[in-house]
Amino acid sequence: MLSIKNLHASVEDKEILKGINLEIKAGEVHAIMGPNGSGKSTLSQVLAGNEAFEVTSGEITLNGENLLDLETEERAREGIFLAFQYPVEIPGVSNLQFLRTAVNAMRTHRGEPEMNAAEFMKLAKEVSKQVDLDPAFLKRGVNEGFSGGEKKRNEIMQALLLQPKLAILDETDSGLDIDALQVVSNGVNALRAEDRAILMVTHYQRLLNHIVPDYVHVLAGGKIVKSGGRELALELEERGYGWLGIKDEETADSSANGSGN
Amino acid sequence: MATTDKEVNELIKREYEHGFVTDIEADTFEPGLNEDVIARLSGIKKEPEWMLEWRLKAYRRWLEMEEPDWAHVGYPKIDYNSISYYSAPKRKEDMPQSLDEVDPELLKTYEKLGIPLHEREKLAGVAVDAVFDSVSVATTFKEPLAKAGVIFCSISEAIQDYPELVKKYLGSVVPAGDNFFAGLNSAVFSDGTFVYVPKGVRCPMELSTYFRINAANTGQFERTLIIAEDSSYVSYLEGCTAPMRDENQLHAAVVELVALDDAQIKYSTVQNWYPGDEEGKGGIFNFVTKRGACIGKNSKISWTQVETGSAVTWKYPSCVLRGENSVGEFYSVALTNNYQQADTGTKMIHMGKNTSSTIISKGISAGKSSNAYRGLVKFGPGAEGARNFTQCDSLLIGDRCGAHTFPYIESKNKSAIVEHEATTSKVSDEQMFLCRQRGIEPEQAVSMIVNGFCKEVFKELPMEFAVEAGKLLEVSLEGSVG
Repeated sequence: MLSIKNLHASVEDKEILKGINLEIKAGEVHAIMGPNGSGKSTLSQVLAGNEAFEVTSGEITLNGENLLDLETEERAREGIFLAFQYPVEIPGVSNLQFLRTAVNAMRTHRGEPEMNAAEFMKLAKEVSKQVDLDPAFLKRGVNEGFSGGEKKRNEIMQALLLQPKLAILDETDSGLDIDALQVVSNGVNALRAEDRAILMVTHYQRLLNHIVPDYVHVLAGGKIVKSGGRELALELEERGYGWLGIKDEETADSSANGSGN
Repeated sequence: MATTDKEVNELIKREYEHGFVTDIEADTFEPGLNEDVIARLSGIKKEPEWMLEWRLKAYRRWLEMEEPDWAHVGYPKIDYNSISYYSAPKRKEDMPQSLDEVDPELLKTYEKLGIPLHEREKLAGVAVDAVFDSVSVATTFKEPLAKAGVIFCSISEAIQDYPELVKKYLGSVVPAGDNFFAGLNSAVFSDGTFVYVPKGVRCPMELSTYFRINAANTGQFERTLIIAEDSSYVSYLEGCTAPMRDENQLHAAVVELVALDDAQIKYSTVQNWYPGDEEGKGGIFNFVTKRGACIGKNSKISWTQVETGSAVTWKYPSCVLRGENSVGEFYSVALTNNYQQADTGTKMIHMGKNTSSTIISKGISAGKSSNAYRGLVKFGPGAEGARNFTQCDSLLIGDRCGAHTFPYIESKNKSAIVEHEATTSKVSDEQMFLCRQRGIEPEQAVSMIVNGFCKEVFKELPMEFAVEAGKLLEVSLEGSVG
């Protein structure tokens, strides 16, 4: 489904990704782990098409289509979804309006009729229950005054509504207590499907106890230095990154705002 | 030679159009302003002697006044002698009594502007007094209003039919000597709207006026006077549009509101005068004086405005709070794009005990525009226990525009309380990325974010206006992304 070949990307002329190769097939769940500053978040942002990052060489294709030719919104409509690590607030715009606009943009792209307010309300209420969010959240401004955990659940709710082909979860576990982690994980597990791939970016192994990946990759210094199965994550938890010859505090991309961790 | 069906059809269509479109003949004065012009204007309108005297007095006063230059705007000097001060569409009879009698050409123009009177008639509770250039041409819903005792007519009619009311209140809130543009308007106002709501009456429908500037090189100087007697209520809507022209046009209106004991006036404006093109050519100079007087105790005046048009705007809808416990409100959205300039805000003058006022101003700047909020909150010695809350938010789109805030506070009473909040924010790259990542087009994203920013003001607008205002922002923001 997703194919990344020799991907190089930089921010403000500083190279962060230095040759990433990755193949993800439909139905698979991949986890990308790595120390702070290894380029994990940068990879997520580049896949989603954030213009703050410049792809200097390499290619990314989704089901054979060159993603690098597409604008952010076009990639989204082709099925790329990014659950943000730090979801931004949009004051005054209700979650409901925002989500309906997004869902209808996707539907229009697929040649389906738009959902009216009542239809959408019904759908959104059902989905909000899946991530244990009070439907009252739908009326509040997008992420406005949400707690960290609420923001993360809101992100997963959006994934469930938009039903992407590839869901990229950027540090979705950060800042969650154990109960919230369980709720979010349930939501992510509900996303698992044969025709969908999930790419999880995380610093910690604990998320992988809840969402069991098929493959684990270690990213360091802008490259994937080791790939393996579920057991690799457990080994990392036990032994840290040192045995792979990686220091945990690399600062490769610490200067790039929002691209670290 | 036309060889294909399509071309033939186009030819036919062209001829068809040519055959049926006729210019409306207009009585238009030669450009220039002097006492004779004013006398001629007054004569055409068959005004009583006192009205002409009032105009001439204003004119003489105006000659001694200077055009203000303190606003944060720049525009070429206006030659007041190059403007024509009267233009009226020719009519077969003096006043059409129903829509059927209105020149179909005029009605078509309204339809182009999206103001189909026939449809508006059907819209529950809305009466439309349409002003085309300088003269009212159609007034609907007069009958149910008359039953309630509400007078809703052109100011010219009011001068003929209700001279005592006009004499008593005209210029009582905005005197001719108030400012340069008000002075000019007092001398040459050509028409406008008059509303009188008697004691204890709740006006049975929203009153609405659409103004339109048509003829080139014509100034529009309308005058609106609304009087709400004790314990009455009226909601008045005003929408403004103008066709595209390369020349700048002057619009200097005066609006006066009078609220007596326990009366309430709600005045809503959606202003979409032609803003000029992308290079800043053309557009309306909108120099308007709007002021309401809360004379009676417990009276209330609310101004709600959505300003997206005009090349240059100079406008401060204000409240003079004389009556005890009277309330003034100002809710404003002002959007500027391309080369538009706006200097707008309000004045809340607290004179009476326990008077209170609220100011919510949302300024949006895009393109290379400049958007200034200018507000005065003043407490007189008698304003015991008075209070004001001001919230002034600016939103910037792009990095070539400007937002400015000029709040003035003057207090002569120690018990008065003022709260002021101000924020400036940008439509951030992160917000845009979030929206686009969810599949939303950049233009739609900006429009959604801006609408969210304006929400507090839009909820004060009557329902159908709120929808229109949202759409207007969308149109006005076109080309502001990328």
